[in-house]
Amino acid sequence: MEDRIAAYITRTREKALEQARAVDRQIRNGEKISPLAGIPVAVKDNICTDGILTTAASRMLAGFVPPYSATVVKRLEAAGATLPGKTNLDEFAMGSSTENSAFFTTRNPWDTGRVPGGSSGGSAAAVACGEAVCALGSDTGGSIRLPASFCGVIGFKPTYGAVSRYGLIAFASSLDQIGPFSRDVTDCALLLNAICGHDPLDSTSARFDVPDFTRFLVNDIRGMKIGVPEEYMAEGINSGVREVVVKAIALLESLGASVEYTNLPHTEYALSTYYLIAPAEASSNLARYDGVRYGFRAAKTSDVMDMFMKTRSQGFGAEVKRRIMLGTYALSAGYYDAYYLKALKVRTLIKEDFDRAFEKYDLLVSPVSPTTAFRCGEKTGDPLEMYLSDICTISLNLAGIPGMSIPCGFVEGMPVGLQLMGKHFDEGTLLRAAYTFEQNSDYHRAFPVL
Amino acid sequence: MVTREDVEHVALLGRLELTEEEKEIYTRQLNDILGHFQALQRLDTGNIQPTAHVLPLKNVYREDWVGQHMPREDALANCPDRDENYFKVPKIV
Repeated sequence: MEDRIAAYITRTREKALEQARAVDRQIRNGEKISPLAGIPVAVKDNICTDGILTTAASRMLAGFVPPYSATVVKRLEAAGATLPGKTNLDEFAMGSSTENSAFFTTRNPWDTGRVPGGSSGGSAAAVACGEAVCALGSDTGGSIRLPASFCGVIGFKPTYGAVSRYGLIAFASSLDQIGPFSRDVTDCALLLNAICGHDPLDSTSARFDVPDFTRFLVNDIRGMKIGVPEEYMAEGINSGVREVVVKAIALLESLGASVEYTNLPHTEYALSTYYLIAPAEASSNLARYDGVRYGFRAAKTSDVMDMFMKTRSQGFGAEVKRRIMLGTYALSAGYYDAYYLKALKVRTLIKEDFDRAFEKYDLLVSPVSPTTAFRCGEKTGDPLEMYLSDICTISLNLAGIPGMSIPCGFVEGMPVGLQLMGKHFDEGTLLRAAYTFEQNSDYHRAFPVL
Repeated sequence: MVTREDVEHVALLGRLELTEEEKEIYTRQLNDILGHFQALQRLDTGNIQPTAHVLPLKNVYREDWVGQHMPREDALANCPDRDENYFKVPKIV
């Protein structure tokens, strides 16, 4: 299976078996075990694991073995989950197809000629083809939801601040958030129970009352007020995808939700806003890769400046360099106000669109992506074309709200994801809607035939 | 309009050494991408406050306590070159 999908950068079979034996011992001793005990949860390779290679799919970190684990990894270990391996991604999580991995491209289990989506493509593919029961990914502009949609699994991006980012290799710190992949909504709730909550090691982690997310697994959405933003159903959305999403919305309505079309008027500015803010933050975050304390260092350099320049030029791939260039440009003297500051102001307008919509609606729904999974190589030549894959997902990161992709049908054999969007820290409403949809449909039971 | 000189300047700021081919590609692509982003200039944002991040957090304080620290060998384990307990780099001047 792995020969054909290539979901993992590193497999940790021995570690998983050792963890599983520990759970077996607990069961034999009659100890109480957690619902995740013994469950294989794969982890995206930009999340640090103590003593286990963590590369962010970059040559820059090709040999990096972290001396500590991310808070989410510690929490999964505490819950007894086992680690089958570290999954492939676009280099430093920059991309929408996993083709920017410095090592290899992961394949979509539904059609191995197509991409799994990105950047958490390895995690989505591993869960889709049964190489892991669940997985963790990270989502800066759609990097959990897009691959979940392309691979026909559930992907959840929690509210910004709901999950600690400590030990997540930083891409764009005001947008990054870790979240789970699973095959059903119940597992998604169990993983959220394990990973959500305040962490003193992440100063942007929020203090909030973490509920037991399983109490939202209720098959009832009667009276739920759902808005459908027209901008997310407009031209540019593939007609087959739109048809499937319209049918899914009709199902939610038939189950007792009230559905209305609404507007998020600044949607057309989201892509530009995102692709200024995210590269600006990335250019700053990636300044740390200088060949001094860890990671790759170029050979044969004349002085320290030459070493910095050669190390970074040889260590980073084309998309990462492009974003460093774009971000550095947007932050540089003379352009800061016109680009970066302008983008931060438009971000306010985008967030206010959501604030207004959530005065009227409990939930917003839309497609996750304008198309189903595209062919490998189809969009690698044109960065803007690739960026457009994120058009329906990026606004949520700018606004910091939770978002979820759930399987809602197929177009020519390829899965389509329905995006659920909610208020800050209202993960519960998303889970309830997703659970109700799941209990009244069969899409999540479909498996790819390999 | 991003010129080739702009690209060379920004590459230096970002500590990237670009090949002639890369300079050409990035000049073209930055123009394409930033040209697309010109749409933002249509919006009047005169009185709008910028949003750097979405949480209602200002300063975050905590108690200053003595915790467990990473052993020195662990902290040095990934470095490309060292001299005893120091990170070693090529000559600076």
